[in-house]
Amino acid sequence: MNAAARATTAEAPHAGASLAVALDDIAISFAVKGRPVFNAVAPTSLHVREGEFVAIVGPTGCGKSTLLNATAGLLAPAGGTVSIFGEKLVGLNARAGYLFQQDALMPWKTALDNVAIALEIGGMRRADAVAQAQDWLKRVGLARFTERYPHELSGGQRKRVALAQMLIRQPKILLMDEPFGPLDAQTRQIMGTLLLRLWAQDRKAVLFVTHDLEEAIALSDRVVIMSAGPEARIIGDFPIDLARPRDAAEIRLDPRFHELHRMIWSQLKAEVAKTYGDDMNGLEASS
Amino acid sequence: MKLHPAKLLFLQILVAVAALALWQIGATVPIGGDFLLPEFFFSKPGDVLSRVVELFVTGTIWKHLWITLTETVLAFIIGSVGGVVIGFWFARKPVVAAVFDPYVKMVNALPRVVLAPIFMLWLGLGIWSKVALGVTLVFFIVFFNVYQGVKEVSPVVLANARMMGMNERQLFRNVYWPSAMSWMFSSLHTAVGFALVGAVVGEYLGSAAGLGYLIHQAEGVFDVTGVFAGMFILAAFVLVIDWFVTRVEKRLLVWRPQAASEQN
Repeated sequence: MNAAARATTAEAPHAGASLAVALDDIAISFAVKGRPVFNAVAPTSLHVREGEFVAIVGPTGCGKSTLLNATAGLLAPAGGTVSIFGEKLVGLNARAGYLFQQDALMPWKTALDNVAIALEIGGMRRADAVAQAQDWLKRVGLARFTERYPHELSGGQRKRVALAQMLIRQPKILLMDEPFGPLDAQTRQIMGTLLLRLWAQDRKAVLFVTHDLEEAIALSDRVVIMSAGPEARIIGDFPIDLARPRDAAEIRLDPRFHELHRMIWSQLKAEVAKTYGDDMNGLEASS
Repeated sequence: MKLHPAKLLFLQILVAVAALALWQIGATVPIGGDFLLPEFFFSKPGDVLSRVVELFVTGTIWKHLWITLTETVLAFIIGSVGGVVIGFWFARKPVVAAVFDPYVKMVNALPRVVLAPIFMLWLGLGIWSKVALGVTLVFFIVFFNVYQGVKEVSPVVLANARMMGMNERQLFRNVYWPSAMSWMFSSLHTAVGFALVGAVVGEYLGSAAGLGYLIHQAEGVFDVTGVFAGMFILAAFVLVIDWFVTRVEKRLLVWRPQAASEQN
């Protein structure tokens, strides 16, 4: 089984120009004063083609998010290069939209203003920005909640606003860091379906980080598995050949879904066990 | 356990009636040949009330109220503007903050009342010495809150705004400023209260007008009725200002969750 999985890992042939994101030999480390440098991610390469939906799955604390932050330009890698559409990334990634796990809306702005500001800062006239924001809020199903402040919305509704806020700028690359993590299971599936529907309209390149393997398979074209940190690296790369358009909830009943799940899980399981196993050993050693 | 509003109001009024009745009885009914609350020291509720009415009817009070209000408002505005500017500056320039830190702590530790004589020496007996005293009180409250507000901006909100493409100016307008303002407005009651304290204490220590002056004058001639009347008017004045501040606060902080659901 493992060998079969490895066989598919061989990188699909990429035409250089069609690569939206190219992470080449990226290493990420953190320097904490008085301690040895912590190497979160060992030199790792990951390529995302234009229009490709890639999910990164790994155990908690494996450095999935740091990989995403390096792509966003929020974090400078210790080594390697980040290329966006063939250009080396310097500073913040202006072509990417980022959907955070935590609430990132400005609490002092209404849902409408939170979405409209994304266009206004680019110099668009307020009236136009508001009109577009209204349209986007309608698309995420919040037409009736435009004047609400974030605290007056549910967790799922806040995520919808954040989604509209990200998509309204029409970024070429979508970076998502466990965006639906804090939501309940049903809401997650509904949000997943909504995301797929919006994504299908113009197929941006997506890097979607999650610890939920089912979510990863249901949404993506390719599932990338990361090993437990420190020195995390990519240990598996599986194409997901489920037909689109998909419904994030119904697809889970598909027999092929189960096959893929079983195959990928067998590899991920070992890594998850390693994470907790290490923790256990650490506890025993320290006690 | 929530009281019916009418019942609550009734109980609240009952407290006032009981307290006034005790005061009246203590001042007018001798117990064992002695008054529990001798009129010379405690006056009588009726006398205080008629003095209050008299002050308003003759119109003498308006001038004093106006002076105190002016001092309070000026102290609040000047102190707030100073606090906001310095607060922002320190929060965005950690080096400056680090250099001035011990001095800020030192000045803030000083009981502000001791500055009153200095201000009187510098600025005279007019309103400005009172304004200065109020400013020293208001400034630190606003300063600490704005400093905190800028420092405590959620890193996620900030990262999100940057990813959206905001430049420094836009970040200031859309993220830092609202965050700092929310902290400042949450201390609005305290700041306005301190502005008033500065004004009244300043007046009390030396002035020719204002509520503090009124109380001080009455005290100087053992006019206890006058002192109580002044205190009563002062309390009512504070309540009116506080009501006004609450309205402003509600208007400005509509986006805030109600206190109980503060998390997230």
